Amino acid sequence: MTMVSFIVNSKPVTLETDLSRRLLDVLRDDLGLTGTKEGCGEGECGACQVYLDGDLVNSCMVPMANVIGKSVLTIEGFSETEAYRQIEAAYIEEGAVQCGYCIPGMVMATGALLRSNPHPDLEAIKDGLSGNICRCTGYQTIFKAVERASKEEVKK
Amino acid sequence: MKITDVVNRVDTQEKIRGAAQYIEDIPFDNLHYARTLRSTLPKGKILKVAYPRGFPGITVVDAGDILARNEVSMVTTDMPIFADGEVNYVGEAIALIVGRDKDEIIAFMKGIEVTYDPGTPLFTCDDAEENLFTRRHYSKGDLASLEGLEVFEGRYRTPYQEQLYMEKQGVVAEVKEGVVEIFGSMQCPYYVVNALKNALDYPEEKIRVVQTVTGGAFGGKEDYPSIMACQTALAALKIKAPVQLVYDRREDIQFTTKRHPSDITIKSYYREGRIEGMKIDVGIDAGPYLGLSDVVLQRAILTMTGAYGVPHLEVSGTVYKTNNIFNGAFRGFGGPQSLFALESHMSQLAARLGVDPLDFREKHFVHQGELTSTGGRFHEEIHLEEMTRILKEMSGYPHLARDGRGRLVGYGVAVVPHGGGFTGDGEAEHIKAVVKLRKDTEQFIHILVSNVEMGQGALTALSKIVASALDVPMERIIYKNPDTRLVPDSGPTAASRTTMVVGRLLYDAALKMKDALEEREEVVVTEHYHQPAYLAWDQENLRGNAYLSYSWAALLARVEVDPVTLEVTCTDIHGVYDVGLPIDEKMLLGQVHGGVIQGLGYGMMETMDSKEGLIQHNSFSSYAVPTTEDIPAIHTRWLINPYIEGPFGAKAAGELTLVGVAPAIATAVADALGREIYEIPVLPEKLLKVVKS
Ligand code: FES
Ligand code: FES
Repeated sequence: MTMVSFIVNSKPVTLETDLSRRLLDVLRDDLGLTGTKEGCGEGECGACQVYLDGDLVNSCMVPMANVIGKSVLTIEGFSETEAYRQIEAAYIEEGAVQCGYCIPGMVMATGALLRSNPHPDLEAIKDGLSGNICRCTGYQTIFKAVERASKEEVKK
Repeated sequence: MKITDVVNRVDTQEKIRGAAQYIEDIPFDNLHYARTLRSTLPKGKILKVAYPRGFPGITVVDAGDILARNEVSMVTTDMPIFADGEVNYVGEAIALIVGRDKDEIIAFMKGIEVTYDPGTPLFTCDDAEENLFTRRHYSKGDLASLEGLEVFEGRYRTPYQEQLYMEKQGVVAEVKEGVVEIFGSMQCPYYVVNALKNALDYPEEKIRVVQTVTGGAFGGKEDYPSIMACQTALAALKIKAPVQLVYDRREDIQFTTKRHPSDITIKSYYREGRIEGMKIDVGIDAGPYLGLSDVVLQRAILTMTGAYGVPHLEVSGTVYKTNNIFNGAFRGFGGPQSLFALESHMSQLAARLGVDPLDFREKHFVHQGELTSTGGRFHEEIHLEEMTRILKEMSGYPHLARDGRGRLVGYGVAVVPHGGGFTGDGEAEHIKAVVKLRKDTEQFIHILVSNVEMGQGALTALSKIVASALDVPMERIIYKNPDTRLVPDSGPTAASRTTMVVGRLLYDAALKMKDALEEREEVVVTEHYHQPAYLAWDQENLRGNAYLSYSWAALLARVEVDPVTLEVTCTDIHGVYDVGLPIDEKMLLGQVHGGVIQGLGYGMMETMDSKEGLIQHNSFSSYAVPTTEDIPAIHTRWLINPYIEGPFGAKAAGELTLVGVAPAIATAVADALGREIYEIPVLPEKLLKVVKS
């Protein structure tokens, strides 16, 4: 067990943990941030995606050793941002959510995509979300939601 | 509000924010965790289970802890809660290992040694006596009178399909003041209640089942949660603390129910371009326990003539008993297997006769007033010709472009039904749905049913039906995840029955409540299901109206096949759907997309093999389902055909969207290659054999 310090959703956190533990478990079990989901546990589905120092990562594949001193943003933190509000509105409007289990990860991936490419075409959207599995929607409405979010004016 | 108003789903926002609590997200005081000790043999006697010493925090719960019956009561009771002395498949539960500390549980499990006396397992479906569960048969006309006609026979095979709901199976059991409480991800809360009543010999007052937000199910959470509930209930009673059982993904893929693999033979007798008779034989592999398999078989054989009128028929089906993983419900419930076989057969025969596959189908379409394959009558309007016309128009048929820039282009069609609700008189005889509507003193209207939201939109659809029937805003409707202490048994969330059957009962209840809407006091209206008088069913002989009503789909798929690698890309799916009157087009479109893509996975990607009874494809990486990169353009049209018994005219929709997709794609690939295809998925290694043959 080691004491580690890092930032979660803009707040500093210090806790004792095994350095080999997965960031996903620390978020969910130690910090109660259960918006981040475990779909596969092996880096294949994207349900556990969060930002680590701004980069989109699968938190089931990140050992705590790689989190020390870094900043983590989860869906709970992201949902406080302006960028998120546009995405949420678009997902609701397009009916892009069914069971919802893939959605927090999908929204994190959408946020990352729109940050790097504010006006993606369909190919870029498919590419940007290719690490996220959704078993319910057939993705069509999710593509539409991302498109819609990219068209909404950025509200300051 | 009106049924035609556009609404947003009621459960969206909290799901997007990650605030919706699925079973693994809910905190319980003093929560203990459980893992399953599983058989590593497909068949054998358990001689001894040796547990390691020195783990004070661990409790073992097994067959020795059974309170009343070691049975998971479903349609039958042949499945034990815990293996007792013998195992019948790889992965069968021998015990739950329960503790506070997940690492300690894993360390303990490493030290367990199970000694078996191995038996002789059965993995194939052949007709040895010990290999049979049930046989079903029905006939029509006189097939023998067709001797001498030309015949075409084909044998079709379909594989396992895994539901792969994104949220794994999970339940928590807790005992509070003598009441066993189950919380979990499930489709059928009262199935769980009934299983617990039988297992514990408890009265219903001492059982409470609460569905938690469910991250997809597709049939996979129809029967399976009953097993986990019985196991964890026994564990919670033993340790007197809440027990959580959530599978890890590999476990979930390998050891929970799947779509039955099938082996179907169709022999058509035809004359002057028309099929006069068919001899059909369907075999499905149940695994070692019957579970829902006989019910799946019935839907499979009753769907076998699809959208077509065939004057002379002999249809038989067999559920085989093996030591493979046991199978269960998956969206379509026997239909996808039958319709892959039938629709492939229709296109193959059309091609052999040199006629257009849609024209060939049209010659055989059923019509209102005609007899069904089981001697019932098609009571509703059927618009298959019109649907076909729309399909042709939207896809530009028959002038379909063949230029694939170096890739082979092919087109395939399918025209399919899906029967809504339980088979035969199941709704009236077995389900006997009861719904309640309650207006409270604050003037909110509560929907009290046991049907669940699992992603398909039940919360929104039923709320919209009630709000529209009462002409009140949706905000006045309250419909929470069912808690069996509070809601009556309106039946399982299965068989595309929720909107059509339960929705209609709620609609009727709402009309009765309408006059009392302005009263100050609480008002409760209860409705019971009654089968329409014009329907009759003889379960013994499978005679009469097999379904309450039929929904229909006409599909056209376009594929491109790489001539070198034989890799298939599906570029377009055109579909025309008759689901009566769509309750909410936006939401139904989501069902269409989801069903089409699951059907696409079934037809062209999802591979699952079993070796010595063990599923080999056990992860997201080895069991590939469609990702964003595999998605064709999906073009959808509705054929509006209100169903008189449905709420606002709605019929079944959820399963219909899946059942015809695989044959449309497979026949498109066959068209591109100029070969016949008898097996899905259409993966390059399978196609190589097709091309070489
Ligand atoms: S749970 Fe991390 S990628 Fe699937
Ligand atoms: S909405 Fe269910 S997995 Fe995406």
